[in-house]
Amino acid sequence: MNPFSSGTRLRDMIRAIRACKTAAEERAVVRKECAAIRAAINENDQDYRHRNLAKLMFIQMLGYPTHFGQMECLKLIASSGFPEKRIGYLGLMLLLDERQEVLMLVTNSLKQDLNHSNQYIVGLALCALGNICSAEMARDLAPEVERLLQFRDPNIRKKAALCSIRIIKKVPDLAENFINPAASLLKEKHHGVLITGVQLCTDLCKVSSEALEYFRKKCTDGLVKTLRDIANSPYAPEYDIAGITDPFLHIRLLKLLRILGQGDADASDCMNDILAQVATKTESNKNAGNAILYECVETIMSIEDNGGLRVLAINILGRFLSNRDNNIRYVALNMLMKAMMVDAQAVQRHRATILECVKDSDASIQKRALELVYLLVNENNVKPLTKELIEYLEVSDQEFKGDLTAKICSLVEKFSPEKIWYIDQMLKVLSEAGNFVKDEVWHALIVVISNATDLHGYTVRALYRAVQTSTEQETLVRVAVWCIGEYGDMLVNDVGMLDIEDPITVTESDAVDATEVAIKRHSSDLTTKAMALIALLKLSSRFPSCSERIRDIIVQNKGNLVLELQQRSIEFNCILQKHQNIRSALVERMPVLDEATFSGRRAGSLPAAVSTSTGAPRNLPNGIAKPAAAPIADLLDLSSDDVPAPSSSGGDFLQDLLGVDLSPASAPSGTSQPPKAGTDVLLDLLSLGTLPPAQSSSSTSDILSSSQDNKAPLANLNGLSSLPSLSPNATSPASAASMMDLLDGFGPSPQNHEENGPAYPSLVAYESSSLRMTFNFSKQPGNPQTTLIQATFTNLSPNVYNDFLFQAAVPKFLQLHLDPASSNTLPASGNGSITQNLKVTNSQHGKKSLVMRIRIAYKMKNKEVLEEGQISNFPRDL
Amino acid sequence: MIHFVLLVSRQGKVRLTKWYSPYSQKERSKVIRELSGIILSRGPKLCNFVEWRGFKVVYKRYAGLYFCMCINQDDNELEILDIIHHYVEILDRYFGSVCELDLIFNFHKAYYILDELLIAGELQESSKRTVLRLVDAQDCIVEIAHQQASSGIG
Repeated sequence: MNPFSSGTRLRDMIRAIRACKTAAEERAVVRKECAAIRAAINENDQDYRHRNLAKLMFIQMLGYPTHFGQMECLKLIASSGFPEKRIGYLGLMLLLDERQEVLMLVTNSLKQDLNHSNQYIVGLALCALGNICSAEMARDLAPEVERLLQFRDPNIRKKAALCSIRIIKKVPDLAENFINPAASLLKEKHHGVLITGVQLCTDLCKVSSEALEYFRKKCTDGLVKTLRDIANSPYAPEYDIAGITDPFLHIRLLKLLRILGQGDADASDCMNDILAQVATKTESNKNAGNAILYECVETIMSIEDNGGLRVLAINILGRFLSNRDNNIRYVALNMLMKAMMVDAQAVQRHRATILECVKDSDASIQKRALELVYLLVNENNVKPLTKELIEYLEVSDQEFKGDLTAKICSLVEKFSPEKIWYIDQMLKVLSEAGNFVKDEVWHALIVVISNATDLHGYTVRALYRAVQTSTEQETLVRVAVWCIGEYGDMLVNDVGMLDIEDPITVTESDAVDATEVAIKRHSSDLTTKAMALIALLKLSSRFPSCSERIRDIIVQNKGNLVLELQQRSIEFNCILQKHQNIRSALVERMPVLDEATFSGRRAGSLPAAVSTSTGAPRNLPNGIAKPAAAPIADLLDLSSDDVPAPSSSGGDFLQDLLGVDLSPASAPSGTSQPPKAGTDVLLDLLSLGTLPPAQSSSSTSDILSSSQDNKAPLANLNGLSSLPSLSPNATSPASAASMMDLLDGFGPSPQNHEENGPAYPSLVAYESSSLRMTFNFSKQPGNPQTTLIQATFTNLSPNVYNDFLFQAAVPKFLQLHLDPASSNTLPASGNGSITQNLKVTNSQHGKKSLVMRIRIAYKMKNKEVLEEGQISNFPRDL
Repeated sequence: MIHFVLLVSRQGKVRLTKWYSPYSQKERSKVIRELSGIILSRGPKLCNFVEWRGFKVVYKRYAGLYFCMCINQDDNELEILDIIHHYVEILDRYFGSVCELDLIFNFHKAYYILDELLIAGELQESSKRTVLRLVDAQDCIVEIAHQQASSGIG
């Protein structure tokens, strides 16, 4: 009978599985067992039900499907004996999770068991409820749990306290019912009850400000006293860890005190003494002591200021940082990040040690240290710190290079004291880790180079040198090719030689060689090749002697399989052959790109670093910013009647000429640029693909007006009748998306978001005659990859839908997390709705847009209905 | 809060999983695969924390078994190390110098002990003796019930 005593078959099954030599053998054994269990289930076999469930749990742990055993758990739970219930509840927690509807069926059994006379059965029910209850169950069973907080046995009280935490997390509205019983738990002596009670209060404070106020007023003194008692308690073997009585209780008390003290001077005052005592008296030679110190430091930094205490805390962190134990160093770095907000000067003192940690062999420590160094850099130390980081870039692991590169680029941009230093550092980064450099970073570099008129010669020569040795760094090649195209003559003629440069002899044909290599290299991507083609067109005019050779190269690409390159080659060839008269004007040097506009467009599209000060951090004077669009447009002499006065900024120009959208930035509302029809003409002539700038303005009306501005003249000019007509909100991103498809790969560069995330228009993601689904989007600050979507379902038919189930699938580059729906019944005729939250993480954020397949199932008049669809009209930059 | 507890052997075999946050079966196996890959490949001298998907995973190796717990960014990593050790000591006392085989053949007991230690991803009891007493008491009830059943039949 006993499934676990000797000679039972659970043991035999485990042995048989362990004896398997191959995965196939194991599968065979499991298949046989599962078949037997299914048969037993079908026969409703009672004697071996618990043994079968135990086997299923083991099989489940091996990763095989075991859903067919779920009902068995419920049957065992419903039986009367403790042994059956014990195994049934264990199975329930292992085989089911809160998202399964079977779970609803167990609510009744749970209710009975919570009222059972056997306290161990009550304990089992509380444990299961605390581990897997859903919002509905929480609502149904909250009164039972609330009552059990006053149960006579402390072991039930502590379980009820933790169960309450789950309940208030699922249904925050219920918090107020728990405030009073939770407060009374704080007065108990039993450590289990005290620990769980303190934890419950902490979580109550997080969901209810009412609770926070209440505990702050009524419980702060008591908690301080409890902490003092426990800190001063004599040796207690039952709770002793490394000479400290119950470190777990210490830590929980410190955590709750932190929440009570935060933003409240009186409460903070009240706990100063005990914090000082814990910070000074706690032994730090064992992990337990350090865990307490760590928590104590965090509490000191979070509560209202007390100078003396903070010095104490920073000193503890300093000690941690020089500890030999990696764990301690890790938490020190972690906490120093928080200390930066409190006392940046004190943290600066540890700069050298922190910098060493960036080079640690432990990836976890590296990552923490890099984050911290990033915060430590300021105008005064940027040069030495950048030097160190770039030197380390050369030897760091591949996995770490991405992070490191992004941080260096951001620092260089933010704090660069002069242009030449900025250019030098960026060239070093591009040569070392160009493949990790984000698009907006090298775009910004080009803008800066364009503005540094006296450094053009220097830069193009440096780039030429660099590209000879680091041919595999894509972004380096792009910047080099661009500069060679623009400033090729300076490269050849040693214009603007600086004293620090080594002399270099480059012939015209060398310059063409460098560009040709970029086109012919297999690993070059489309953008690079397209840029190289333009550079060649430019060089053909700069170097008349190489003109024939350049034409040959261009002609070779006329048969290119990539449409974009093919088209460009044909057109450029046409310019070279038939339009000699306008060529030199057409390929004139780019007008100086307007830095202010560029950084304005970038604002909000940059990582946190620059978001506070657009353009300002680089105090580089803008060069001559002349609106050079007009002459070019005029030269082309194309239907200039239709062209409104061009007022395009240089930034647009670069973007358009390159055919790569430099930064399709949201023109910040209010300062949005007027239409740039002039460039559109030029664009169109060159067939570089016109991009309607993807908009992410904060209001729908903005999107509308500006995208119409941008598109309308275009439509007039080239009679693109297929241009999608613009209808309000939702379709606007969609039409942009269809344009994007046409451009094949020339989509706008990543568009990150402002820290607090811009608002997105809500989207009717799916609509049929019977159902409408609307998406509302939001972003978490600091996490641009993740989009929170609230789906709202509305019933458009006159019938109620039951068993409503929404499912979604996404491609591999996305990760989808579905929260449970607010209900599974959808009232008729739009009288109410179901909401469900989705979390989508886009690992290709900025490169690919969200896309999702959906399936919605429900029962209408007891008839199953299934609706499916695909959503591809998400806002582009999610 | 602890989101899940994972026991993985050095060979990557799962010995215990306990989920306090909702993960579908599919996600669970993905998480296990991903994390055991990261953790098993870390060197012995490195720190016991891994940053993963915006969470932290605290792990500690005891003989051939890795005990892993996944927590929030702002939780106390050092304390989790003590919780892991607390659990291991209780297992050790319960089984009498525990080894991996005990946890394989008596996996359900490892779960029962864990359920007396953690609920809803929070620590329930800091006294090892209390945990052991509660588990023993319940084992005893089961034992008596089985004796009665067999004598009833016999």
